[in-house]
Amino acid sequence: MSTDQLLGLVTGVLFGFLLQKGRVLRFEKQVGAMLFKDMTIVKFMLSAIFVGMVGILLLSDMGIITLSHKPMNVGAVVLGGALFGMGWAVMGFCPGTSIGALGEGRWHAAFAVVGMIAGAALYAELYPFFSETVLAWKDFGKIGLPEVLGISHWLIASLFVGGGVALFFWFEKKGI
Amino acid sequence: MKWKTDDNGWSPYLAGALLGLLAIASAYATTQWLGKTSYLGASTTFVRAAGIIEQTVGPDHVAANEYFVKTKVKVDWQFMLVLGIFAGALISSLADKSFKLESVPPIWEERFGSCVGTRAMGAFGGGVVAMVGARMADGCPSGHGLSGMMQLSASSLVAFVMFFGVGILAARMIYGGRNS
Repeated sequence: MSTDQLLGLVTGVLFGFLLQKGRVLRFEKQVGAMLFKDMTIVKFMLSAIFVGMVGILLLSDMGIITLSHKPMNVGAVVLGGALFGMGWAVMGFCPGTSIGALGEGRWHAAFAVVGMIAGAALYAELYPFFSETVLAWKDFGKIGLPEVLGISHWLIASLFVGGGVALFFWFEKKGI
Repeated sequence: MKWKTDDNGWSPYLAGALLGLLAIASAYATTQWLGKTSYLGASTTFVRAAGIIEQTVGPDHVAANEYFVKTKVKVDWQFMLVLGIFAGALISSLADKSFKLESVPPIWEERFGSCVGTRAMGAFGGGVVAMVGARMADGCPSGHGLSGMMQLSASSLVAFVMFFGVGILAARMIYGGRNS
């Protein structure tokens, strides 16, 4: 196994372990959040984002790592995001959690995994069509919120964390 | 705040914060050892898996497909990361005895019944639509939701809002707003 494969495997095992311990792999948790009955996955994701954000922005400021924004291609992100949301609600898993759910015995996730591989194959076939239509509408390129808003990344990060903590208190008060 | 949940898991705040630390360590480690910062993600691996499977029946077709060429069909860092998620979840669930064979999840059963075939069709069909969307948007809740949000990417904030916004609407329509 090459270095990159080994590093990926070790990182993935830890990733899967934390996803399972956080109990976010289950269909009930994912659909439960969409129905505002159980916000476990939102608490988990936002906690990961806030902690990760501080470290990633700091390491980037120090020039140790480089940021890698995905393109702000409006049609693709909006339409693709909407399609994902629809499929996610029916499937009850996202790509990473489907594999983890299979690991903790929820074997119906196998149908989701096969469906997603089929979806990827379908996308590869339709790619020439999408390139000329939805992907060609308006691409603002690989931009970050600090450039869009013209304010410091630390200010934006603070606003996110502040809003998120308020949300956490609301969830706990509601008991969801 | 409780560190253990009622189902014997870890507090989602704790497990999530640890995942944030893992994301930082991973960005650092990939930069140091692989020469390029890689961020946690999952959906590109499904394209590579599709390419690897298609190569067994039609290698020329894969070699001629623009998207497979662009994505590079190979077992790379992220591919192993996704396989690792399976192993990590298996180890964790066996260790704390939360491993459970489940064919139809409760919320699904309440709405569509206990038929495995119906659930299989839902999971498969939902998977097809979700993956087309994820590849179009260039990311899933890992690549956009976690990694992109950590970097304050403009596209990731839009994708994150769309994932959850449409997911909430769709879930209400599919499973109903019934409060049990």
